[in-house]
Order: sequence, then C-alpha cells, then structure tokens
Amino acid sequence: MPLWFWILAACVIAFLTKLAGYLVPAKVLSNKRMTRIAGALTIGLLASLTVVNTLASGSQLTLDSRLGALAAAAVALLLRAPFLVVVVVGALAAAALRLAGLP
Amino acid sequence: MQFRQSPAVRIGASIAIATGLYGISFGALGVASGLTIWQTIALSLLMFTGGSQFAFIGVIAGGGGGAAALGSAALLGMRNAVYGMQLNAMIGPTGWRRLAAAHVTIDESMATASGQSDSIERERGFWVAGIGVFVLWNVFTVAGALLGDAIGDPKAWGLDGAAVAAFLGLLWPRLRAKEPVAIAVACALATVLAVPFVPPGVPILVAAVVAAVWGYVSTGPADEGLEPDVEPHDPDDPRLPRHRHPDATGGDA
Repeated sequence: MPLWFWILAACVIAFLTKLAGYLVPAKVLSNKRMTRIAGALTIGLLASLTVVNTLASGSQLTLDSRLGALAAAAVALLLRAPFLVVVVVGALAAAALRLAGLP
Repeated sequence: MQFRQSPAVRIGASIAIATGLYGISFGALGVASGLTIWQTIALSLLMFTGGSQFAFIGVIAGGGGGAAALGSAALLGMRNAVYGMQLNAMIGPTGWRRLAAAHVTIDESMATASGQSDSIERERGFWVAGIGVFVLWNVFTVAGALLGDAIGDPKAWGLDGAAVAAFLGLLWPRLRAKEPVAIAVACALATVLAVPFVPPGVPILVAAVVAAVWGYVSTGPADEGLEPDVEPHDPDDPRLPRHRHPDATGGDA
C-alpha cells in the first residue's frame, strides 16, 4: 500500500471519530469508563511516542543526542516556556551535541 | 454582549494564535520524517488533530509502517469522540454545521467552549477557537513544510531532537496529578521493553493496550488526559480556577 493510502484512511478515521461523538446517543459515550479510557490512551500514547522518538532506532534502543534534547526540553517546560520555544530548545540541544561529536 | 467584547472570542482568538503558530513545527517535522510536502499538508487539512498528526509522523520517522502509523493516530484521536458528545450537548449544531463542527472538534475548541458559562459564549468560543486554529494551523504547516524541505539534512539541524521535545511538550500539560504520571511511566516502560522484540511502530500500540486497560480498571477522575495543549482560560478570570498553576500570578495577559 502506498503511504498516501494510509494517510487518507487515517484522515477519514479521524473525521468519523469526531463525527461519531455528535451522532451517537449521549449515554453511550457519557459513560465515565469511556472517558477514562480516552484520557488514559492520550497520556499513554504521548508518553510512548516520546520514548520511541528519544531511544528507538528501528528495533534497537540507542543512547544519542536525542536524550540531551529530551533533558533540555524538560528543563524548558519546567521553566514554563511556550510550546514553540520547547521545540526549538530540543532542536538546538540535539544539533549542539552532534556538533560536539555525539552520535 | 457585542461579539468583539466577548471574553470567549478573546480567549478563542489567543488560543488560535498560540496553537496555530506551532503548526510550523509540525510542517517541518512532517517533511523531516520522510513525508512529502503535500502529504504533510494533507494531514493538517484533513486529519486536523495535532496529537494524531504528530503520532502519525512519529511512527513513520521511527521506521514504522503506514498501518502502525494509522493505528496510533486513530487511537490518539479517540478522545475527540468524547469531546464531540459533550459539544453536541453544549452547542447542538445541525445539518452542515454539524459536519463543520465535527471537523474542528479538537482539544482547544473543546476547552474554550467548556471554559465558558453561558450558551452563546460557549458557541462563540468553540467556533472562534476551532476555525481560528484550523486556518492558522494550516497556514503555518505549509510554512513549516517548505522550511523543512529547504534546510536539507534534518539531523544536522537537530530536528529529531525537536520531535522529542514536541511529544514531551504535548504530554507535559496532561501530567497534573499522580495517576496520569503513573500511566505515562507504565506506558513508557512498556514501550522500552517492546522495542527490541516487535517491528517499529508496534511498541506504541503495545503502550496503547496498557493505557486502555488502565483506563478500563481505573476509578480516578474521568477527565485526566483531556486537556488542551495551551491554557484555555483567561488567567484574569477568577471564576475559572481549574488547571491554574499553583504559583500563577495572572495580570500579564
């Protein structure tokens, strides 16, 4: 399957998920358990994506400049930097560590 | 109340600017992950839910396949169904407006609407934030994609570090209590353990199973994890203490 297929299919699913909320009778989704699962999924997936993008290279775990980017971003977040600043700090940290010779 | 003096419009517009701006990081990272400029633009235009878009390109950047990217984007978008249900009760759009409302149902429009107390203000806040973020997010995605395409080697510019920072930045505002932190740690551990044993992209789905089971058996507050990426409330408004930082001073908005 070409990547375009997966992109468009994922877009259709995203829209139908949103629309389902407006169409499904309220009591199906207003159930607290559904809300908890949706909330836990959001947190869990973002944590997982953070780890994968920091440590994974294909199917291997590697320690490289990206770990420095994670630490720098955490410091920026602790200092209440806005999102865009956090992203730039992450990029600068990774670029600087690479310039210093780290993988 | 006049439209331009409405607090919901003011809050919605400031959220639209703050959130729309970081479309530039999505655009640049989309191209760096290996998507074409048009594929990156299509995600912002058609998927239009930041977390899922970042998830899709995050899996592709890590060497995962299209199916795993679709799976993690779809699961991360599940909370939008919960928002849609709540917004339907709050605003109740009908006909074509319902389709438009569904498309702009995201963390930010939901938070702006739910931060208001009367129904006209909720509706104004929802549409101003939803349409405002949609327009600016797409404009800045195009800018970011062109920028990402122009700078060449993404690693030399630290763009893989930028992706790490972006995911941590999306996660951070949702970690305001013990249970979300515990969920995040458990899912991070499950991911690390799974990486060497399954194809790229699949560890994220393993973490999704852990999170879903946790949510199923949990008895904690039901709205954890359902926060916007940018503070949706007017920091000067004393009626809205929810989600304020303990040492927030206000008065600078």
